[in-house]
Amino acid sequence: MKFDTVIIGGGLSGLTCGIKLAEEGRRCAIVSSGQSALHFFSGSFDLLGYNGETEIHNPIEAISKLDATHPYSKLGASTVERLAKEAKEFFETMGAKFVGDTDKNHYRITPVGVKRLTWLTLENLGTLGTDGKLPWQNVCIVNIAGFLDFHTTFIASEFEKMGVHCTIKAIMMPEMERLRKNPTEMRSSNIAKVLNNKEVLARFAQLVNSESAGCEAVILPAVFGVFNPDTTNEFKSLLDKPMMLLPTLPPSVPGIRLQIMMRNYFQRLGGVYLLGDTAQDGQISYSKVTGISTVNQGDIQLEANSFVLASGSFFSHGLIAHPNKIEEPVFDLDVLSSENRADWYNKDLFEKQPYMEYGVETDEQFHAKYKGNTLKNLYAIGSVLCGYDPLKESSGAGVSILTAMSVAEQILKKGK
Amino acid sequence: MDKQQYNISENNFEQCIKCTVCTVYCPVVAVNPDYPGPKQAGPDGERLRLKTPSFYDEALKYCLNCKRCEVACPSNVRIGDIIQSARIKYGKSKPKLRDMMLANTDFVGTMASPFAPIVNFSLGMKPVKYVLDKVLAVDSHRQFPKYSSQKFVSWFKKHAEANQDAYPHHVSFFHGCYINYNYPKLGQDMVKLLNAIGYGVHLLDKEKCCGVALISNGLIGQAKRQAKLNIESIRKSVIVNSMPVIGASSTCIFTMRDEYPHLLGINNQDVRESIELATRFIYRLIERNQVKLAFKSDYKARIAYHTPCHMEKLGWAIYSTSLIKMIPGVDFVTLDSQCCGIAGTYGFKKEYYQASQEIGQSLFDQIESAKVDLVATDCETCKWQIEMSTSAKVDNPISVLADALDVEATMKLNNVELR
Ligand SMILES: Cc1cc2nc3c(=O)[nH]c(=O)nc-3n(C[C@H](O)[C@H](O)[C@H](O)COP(=O)(O)OP(=O)(O)OC[C@H]3O[C@@H](n4cnc5c(N)ncnc54)[C@H](O)[C@@H]3O)c2cc1C
Ligand code: SF4
Ligand code: SF4
Repeated sequence: MKFDTVIIGGGLSGLTCGIKLAEEGRRCAIVSSGQSALHFFSGSFDLLGYNGETEIHNPIEAISKLDATHPYSKLGASTVERLAKEAKEFFETMGAKFVGDTDKNHYRITPVGVKRLTWLTLENLGTLGTDGKLPWQNVCIVNIAGFLDFHTTFIASEFEKMGVHCTIKAIMMPEMERLRKNPTEMRSSNIAKVLNNKEVLARFAQLVNSESAGCEAVILPAVFGVFNPDTTNEFKSLLDKPMMLLPTLPPSVPGIRLQIMMRNYFQRLGGVYLLGDTAQDGQISYSKVTGISTVNQGDIQLEANSFVLASGSFFSHGLIAHPNKIEEPVFDLDVLSSENRADWYNKDLFEKQPYMEYGVETDEQFHAKYKGNTLKNLYAIGSVLCGYDPLKESSGAGVSILTAMSVAEQILKKGK
Repeated sequence: MDKQQYNISENNFEQCIKCTVCTVYCPVVAVNPDYPGPKQAGPDGERLRLKTPSFYDEALKYCLNCKRCEVACPSNVRIGDIIQSARIKYGKSKPKLRDMMLANTDFVGTMASPFAPIVNFSLGMKPVKYVLDKVLAVDSHRQFPKYSSQKFVSWFKKHAEANQDAYPHHVSFFHGCYINYNYPKLGQDMVKLLNAIGYGVHLLDKEKCCGVALISNGLIGQAKRQAKLNIESIRKSVIVNSMPVIGASSTCIFTMRDEYPHLLGINNQDVRESIELATRFIYRLIERNQVKLAFKSDYKARIAYHTPCHMEKLGWAIYSTSLIKMIPGVDFVTLDSQCCGIAGTYGFKKEYYQASQEIGQSLFDQIESAKVDLVATDCETCKWQIEMSTSAKVDNPISVLADALDVEATMKLNNVELR
């Protein structure tokens, strides 16, 4: 099967790249083994938030201090700035609205109520003002009875530290009680499915209004609109006071919504999305990839002028840790890592973990390296890349989105 | 040897990282609060069941076996297989008379065909529907697919078989129950299309229903017997006669390729790659420049494609849609991939009727608002469900291609000469 570009991996990075190409009329296929890291999404895209323990308030200014192997150093500060500004609009055309600015990080609120610097946060999700404070003195934190993935007491104790008085309430509804029959399935996405029903949503809003009487605002878990992007705003309009949603423990309802939104948008542009299919191996000849084979397509190869590897990190099996080796399983690309397993990790779980920076090696344009040479038409993007620590630096989504946009630009420049 | 690394059970439940992604995409969870969901029913439950079978939960019967959970799982856990295997191994509820009737497509079809007009008439009659509904618990909202008075096989033997040897190339055709008893036209379309590109069509030595309905209704012994017979006939075709086996139903093909080894323990490794959908078979020939299609210049239609669940699992929708898009007069509409809710015989059962319709609702809405002339899909039960629930007409991609095909021009393009 012939395409202009074949992308391996359909998460944030692969989809961003695929959409950019399909928007320009390129025939594009994405192969994706399973669902992506977006299902664990906090609701905020990070660009660059920390240097060690030091806070970074302007990510663009901080880029010059990064190592040369960092993906942002390869892009250069001006490209990072240009693409990052474009990204906000890019998501808005798809129907996902974000708040935040490229040259000024803001604080998001984590599922346990702690503040953390980030770049773009989905509208309606919790952020703090530039002063690092909530705009209210007296809020009501409302949970659904029996929902264990939203930690009201942690959140309240963090908020109290900021001088905000908190009241905690739990709402019971017969529709939710039924979910509790199976305590392990009382999860955000299942609650969101129940709240998909307009009548249930209205009753829930009424209960929230009455339980939070006397408070300035309500804080709720982000469990609205798993398949329908309008549910959150519909719910908001039913409330008699301002609301702020906070991320829950996974699965992330806003992340799932974003994943579905991006996939549908890509397909409506004519993109081919092969979900549940795994790229098995690639044919390389004369420093070029000619085709890949996948589990489902069998003897029918996927052929293209260019290929993009967006297969994610260890978590998504884009990288595999064997007892003595870290491998990129599709092409066996060169992976930056130590040969000594003991170097991979730090015994202190909360310290910087060396393996987080392991990944596929590329040149400055993100051409992947294979046995020491760069492959002319294979690019690597997103969390499969080496040279950065998404967790410690808070840079995950930024690297995934910006490397994807940059590679799409390069492919488009080359012509068909 | 690192034991942890190599010690993985047949259904790899230990690969599960407890992310709950599967549950997000399960169509049943959204509408049936009694169903524990794929994670709990699959890998989590398996752990417990291995300890004590008494942990088996009868609610596993609500699983449609659509495999959408498997498609979504980032760890490639065979969740659907775990659930179906557990039902086979631990399920205690005996199949009812109704389940046997719905499952035995072959037997019921054979009985019905000679009396097709009467059967069709009476299955549509209020009193009969009332009995089906009240006594057998087949939901009265359901319209039964009509039985044809001439079976496909009888038509084939009478009108087509004699000159098939004259074609330069050859394939075997697994027609399945639906084509044979309910919709011989699809079989005739298949013969027309394949003949036009130079392929003679042959029936298998012996063909039985693929058994998908037997498996989902718990009639495992019979399913195994039929599967063995089918695989033996397929072996003869593929290995002895060098003829690959093609079909028109995504469910039959998926069942014979993957459910036979995974659920029935029947080894098909030597022939699995030679069992496929006709659309994939034809696509490959076109891509390798071995075949060309010519279409009627006046064919015009706005067509949407619905991806059946088993087609999503096979990952082959691309072949059917690519072929349809090759027809110059087609205005193609993409639908979001989602379950239509019927899942074979599931939606026929009274207790599941409502859930079945709720699952499909947003698909039906999408189809209605797309204002298409036709919905194309590779599954016959999806066809019933969509035709019953929307105003759209539904056809198999093979029929769409056959209708749009300029047979003479195609034969000329491919230099088809009969011997
Ligand atoms: C649990 C978790 C939570 C995170 N939360 C955030 C956050 O809130 N904010 C933030 O900024 N960053 C976050 N990150 C960082 C994250 O890495 C990026 O934000 C981004 O989502 C990664 O996108 P990606 O497309 O590079 O990779 P992924 O999202 O991992 O996608 C890779 C895809 O490739 C597929 N794949 C892998 N191998 C193959 C193959 N051989 N064939 C076919 N398909 C294949 C996988 O199935 C997967 O769908 C998080 C990371 C993790 C692991
Ligand atoms: S999606 Fe896969 S890994 Fe995640 S909970 Fe379900 S079975 Fe486990
Ligand atoms: S096979 Fe389908 S119905 Fe069964 S658990 Fe998986 S997604 Fe749900």
